[in-house]
Amino acid sequence: MKFNSEKIVHYTLLVMAFSAIASLALIAVFMLKEGLPFILKYGLGKFLLGSTWEPQSGLYGIFPMIVASIWVTLGAMLIGAPLGVAGAVFLNEFAPRPAMRIIKPTIELLAGIPSVVFGFLGVMVLAPFIRVHAGGPGLCLLAAAIILGIMVLPTIISISSDAIGAVPNSYREGALALGATRWQSTYMVVLKAARSGIIASIILAMGRAVGETMAVIMVAGNAVKIPHSALDSVRTLTANIALEMGYATGMHRHALFATGVVLFVIIMILNSIASAAMRRKIGKS
Amino acid sequence: MTRYVFATLCAGFLTLSSLLTGCGRNRTMVTMAGSTAFQPFAEKLAEEFMMNRADVSVTVQGGGSAVGIQSALSGAAQIGMADLVNLPPEAAALSKTVVARDGIAVVVNPVNPATNLTMEQIRAIFNGTAANWKEFGGPDKPIVVVSREAGSGTRSSFEQIVKDIKLTGNAIIQDSNGTIRETVANDASAIGYLSHGLLNEKIKALTVGGESCTTAAVLANRYPLVRPVYLLTRGAPQGAAKDVIDFMTSAQGQKMIQDSGLLPAK
Repeated sequence: MKFNSEKIVHYTLLVMAFSAIASLALIAVFMLKEGLPFILKYGLGKFLLGSTWEPQSGLYGIFPMIVASIWVTLGAMLIGAPLGVAGAVFLNEFAPRPAMRIIKPTIELLAGIPSVVFGFLGVMVLAPFIRVHAGGPGLCLLAAAIILGIMVLPTIISISSDAIGAVPNSYREGALALGATRWQSTYMVVLKAARSGIIASIILAMGRAVGETMAVIMVAGNAVKIPHSALDSVRTLTANIALEMGYATGMHRHALFATGVVLFVIIMILNSIASAAMRRKIGKS
Repeated sequence: MTRYVFATLCAGFLTLSSLLTGCGRNRTMVTMAGSTAFQPFAEKLAEEFMMNRADVSVTVQGGGSAVGIQSALSGAAQIGMADLVNLPPEAAALSKTVVARDGIAVVVNPVNPATNLTMEQIRAIFNGTAANWKEFGGPDKPIVVVSREAGSGTRSSFEQIVKDIKLTGNAIIQDSNGTIRETVANDASAIGYLSHGLLNEKIKALTVGGESCTTAAVLANRYPLVRPVYLLTRGAPQGAAKDVIDFMTSAQGQKMIQDSGLLPAK
C-alpha cells in the first residue's frame, strides 16, 4: 500500500515536471514552424540586416530593432548593474541586521510590481522630465533604459546577494587578519570570490531586459529607426511583436513570429552563458 | 488565411457566450460585434432599444472591425460593426448600412499656436518632409509625429484619405487612440490623429483646410477626414436585427448618436 502511494506520487511529480519542459518544447516548435519558413523565404541576411520595416510594402528588416534592443539592454545594465551589485554588497557586508530585515522584503516587493506600473510611471514622470531637461520627444531610449534598469534590480540584487553570501567566512577572516579593512576585504576578496555569481546575475537581468515588453512599449516611443542618440525614440524586438500582432496577417504575421525566433535565440544564448557562469562558481567553491 | 483563425475563435466565443446568456428567457437574441470605436455608442443605443422592446435582447461586443466582418459572415453575430474607409473584399457578400460617421481629428498640444493645416501640409508632416513648427506658424521646434501601429483601422483610414503617406521613420508609434491623446497632451511639439469622439480639453483639434471637425462640416461634406461606421448583416437585415438597425438609423437613434459625440450618418 505504502509502496503504491509512493509510486503514484513519483509518477505524478514526473508528469508535472515534464509538462513544463513539454510546454517549452511546444513553444519552440510552434515558433520555428511559423517563423522559419518566412526567414528561409525572405532571406536571413535581408531579415536581420535590412534597415526598413514596412509591412505594407513587403519590407521586413529588423536591424533597427536589434540595435534598439541591444542599446536599451546595455543602457539598463549600465544603470542597473552598479546599483544592484552595490545593493547586494551593502546588504551582505555592511548592513546591520535590522536594516536588512527591511530592505530585503522591499526589494522583493519591487520584483512584484507589474511592468505596466513601471511603464505608467515612465510615461507620467520620467518622459516629461527628460523632454523638459534634455530635449527630444521624451519617449526615448534613455527613458526605456532607466525604467528597465530599475526593473532588473531585484534580479541582480537577489542573485548577487546569494553569491556573496555563499563566500565562506574564512575568506573574510583571512583578509581581515592580514590587516585589510572591511572595504578592502570586500573589494579584493569577497567580490573576486563571488565574481561568477555576480556575472550570472547580470546576464540573467539582461535576459529580463531583452524580454520586457509592456513597460518598453509605453516609454520607448516605438519609432522604427536606428537611434543616433539616447534621446531618440526606438522600437525593441518585443515591442514590435506586441504592437503589430493584433492586426498582422499573412507574411507580416510570419515576420513577427520570425522576430520571436530571433528573440528566442538571444534569450537562449544569454541563459546558457549565465548557467555556465553559475556552474563555474559551484565547481570552484 | 491565418488571420481568420483569430477572428473565427472570437466568433466562436461570441456564439458560446450568447448561448449562455440567452438561456432561460423567451426573448429573441440579437448579437452585435466588431469595431471598438462604435461599441460604446452601440451599447447605449441597444439599451434604449430594449426599453421599448421587452421581447428582444441585444448583446454588444467588441473585438475590432475584422472580428465584426468575420462574425457577420459566419453568423456568430447577427450584426457586425466595422469602421473602415474601404471594407476588405470578403465583406462584399454582406449587406451594409451606414449607421454613423466618425471624424478623424488632427490634434496638437493646446499650447501650440498652430490652428490650421491643409491636406498637403498634413501629408508633408507625416511624411517627414516638413519637420519644424516654424513653417506652420508655431515655435522653432522640431515636430514630433505620433501615429498608430501598422494595421490599425484608424491609421489605414487616415492614410487612405490623406493619400501618399509614407510615414516618417521618426514617428512615435502608440497602440491606441487613448495613448495617442496622452502623448499629444504631454508633448508641446507633438501632432497626432484620433477618433473625433475622443477629443477633450487636454488636446487641441486643428482645422483641416479651414474646416473644423464638427457635425455641420461633416454633413456638408466639407471636413475631409471622415470614415463611415457600417452595420453588416448576412443578406438583407430581417426580423429583430432589422428592428435594431432601423432604430439605430431612425431620427431618434441618429440624434442619440449625435448627442453622445459621434457624427450621424446623414
